[in-house]
This record gives sequence, C-alpha cells and structure tokens, in this order.
Amino acid sequence: MTHLTYIMAAYGLAVLVGTVFSVDAWTRMNRARRRLAAIDPRASRI
Amino acid sequence: MDASIASLPPQPGRNLHRFANPGRFLRISGRVLPVVAVLGLGLTLTGVVWGLFFAPADWQQGDAVRIMYVHVPSAWLASFGYMSLAVCSVLSLVWRHPLADLAAAEIGPVGAAFTALCLATGSLWGKPMWGAWWVWDARLTSVLVLFFLYLGHVALVRAFDDPQRGYRAGAILALIGVVNLPIIKFSVDWWNTLHQAATIKFTGAPTMYVGMLWPLLLCALGFSFGFVAIVLARTRAAVMERRIRGLLMARAQEADAA
Repeated sequence: MTHLTYIMAAYGLAVLVGTVFSVDAWTRMNRARRRLAAIDPRASRI
Repeated sequence: MDASIASLPPQPGRNLHRFANPGRFLRISGRVLPVVAVLGLGLTLTGVVWGLFFAPADWQQGDAVRIMYVHVPSAWLASFGYMSLAVCSVLSLVWRHPLADLAAAEIGPVGAAFTALCLATGSLWGKPMWGAWWVWDARLTSVLVLFFLYLGHVALVRAFDDPQRGYRAGAILALIGVVNLPIIKFSVDWWNTLHQAATIKFTGAPTMYVGMLWPLLLCALGFSFGFVAIVLARTRAAVMERRIRGLLMARAQEADAA
C-alpha cells in the first residue's frame, strides 16, 4: 500500500477524535444520571 | 377558557415547545440514542473496512485516496454541524426554545473537533499529493475560518457569568457565521483553487467510480449517526446537569428560609 504512513495517521486521528468524544459524552451522561438519581429518586427512570 | 383565545389560529413554532420539555426530551432521546449509536458504529466500521481493504486505489493518487473516506465525511459534518448550530440559534433567538441553547452549546465543541479532523486529514492527503501540508487555497481557508467560528462560539457561550447572555451572544455569532457555508461550498467554483471540485452533486450523477462511492456514502452516514449520537449524549448530560443545579439551588433556598 502506497503512502501508508499518511493513511495510518489520518485514520488514527479519526479514531482518536471519535473515541475521545464518545467516551467523554458517555461518562458525562452516566455521571449526571447517577447524581440526579441520588438527588431526585423520580429521575432514576430516565 | 376565553372563547377569543380558544379561537386563535395556531402560531408558528408552538409545536416546538412540546419538545422543549426536558423530561420529554430525556425520555425520547434515551430511546433513540442507543439505536443511533449502534448505527453510527456499524456503518462507519463497514465503510472504513470496505474503503481501506476492498475499494480500489486511484490510478493517479494511489492508496492516498483512501484518506478520502475519513476526510470527506468530516468535511460534510463540519458544515452540517454548523448548520445545525445556526438552526438551534434561530430556535433560541426567535422562540426562546430552552433546549436549543443547551444543544447549541454541545454542538460547538463536537463540530470544532470534526472541522479540525477535516483540516488535519486534508493536510495528510495534501502533503503526498500537492507536496505541501497547507496552501492558502479558497476552500482550505474558508474551512479554517469555519474552525475559528466554532472556537469563537465555544468561547463566547462560556464567557459570561449569566449563561443566558452567553447563549444569546453565541447564537448571534452562529447566525453571522452562516454566510461562510455557501463560501465553503462554492469556493471551488468561484475561484481557481488547488482543491478539486465537487465529485458528488445534488444536480447530477457523481463523477466517482461506484466502488469508491459506496464506502464513502457508508462512512458519511456512519459519521453522521456518530455525530448525532455524541451531540445527543452531551445534550442529555447538559439537561440533567441543569436539573441537578436547579434542585440543589431550591434545597439551599429552602434551608436558608428555614
């Protein structure tokens, strides 16, 4: 495969951006859900 | 009910407020989010594997053409993200839609990241093909301006002690920046640019080999679902965080009054 370094760098960046934002959004959402459920038990159904 | 009020014709935007209820938004988005996330991951993986290992290399560009499968979807999403930011800004400024402010604040960083990805992958393609990491070409420069508009929006929304003022200032900036979107789209037609013209158009058949077109469309769909899933998850978190702040404030006020 020609230009392999450039291709790997491009796909590596895409995976990095996707993973960082997905993991951050997921952990932030779960943290907020747990805190809300602790404060307001009615919210545990969300 | 007063008969004169009951007979009023429905006002535009009234139905939007049905979806402004945070509880309803959390319920609906909670059901939609897993589906969108799975679709995003599945379509992106399929498109990337197809593009990397099964799609043919270009006769001129060689295998460097495979960078297109991440570059083009991120470029489309950079513009799509900014358009959705502008729509949220209209909803916020015209109808005072409370969820639109939160959604706009969450779209900003995600859109900025996809625009940065578009610029970086473009550079990684440009170096072996053009012999330069960067040229001050109309398409590249207008996308760089889009990146700065995203950064400006992110900074402006967080720059005020009163969040409402930040949301309003961010919404105005987002609407002013919309003028950049047609410049990005038509820059390759209006000016003599190094960047190639569009190969996929609404008005005609694509000028791309079908074996390359399908993985590109799959990647674009997968990236789009991924973008929506990330924004939905971040907006859900923002809605819950706002409710937590409200509940804690109410408790503190009750304790003060007692």
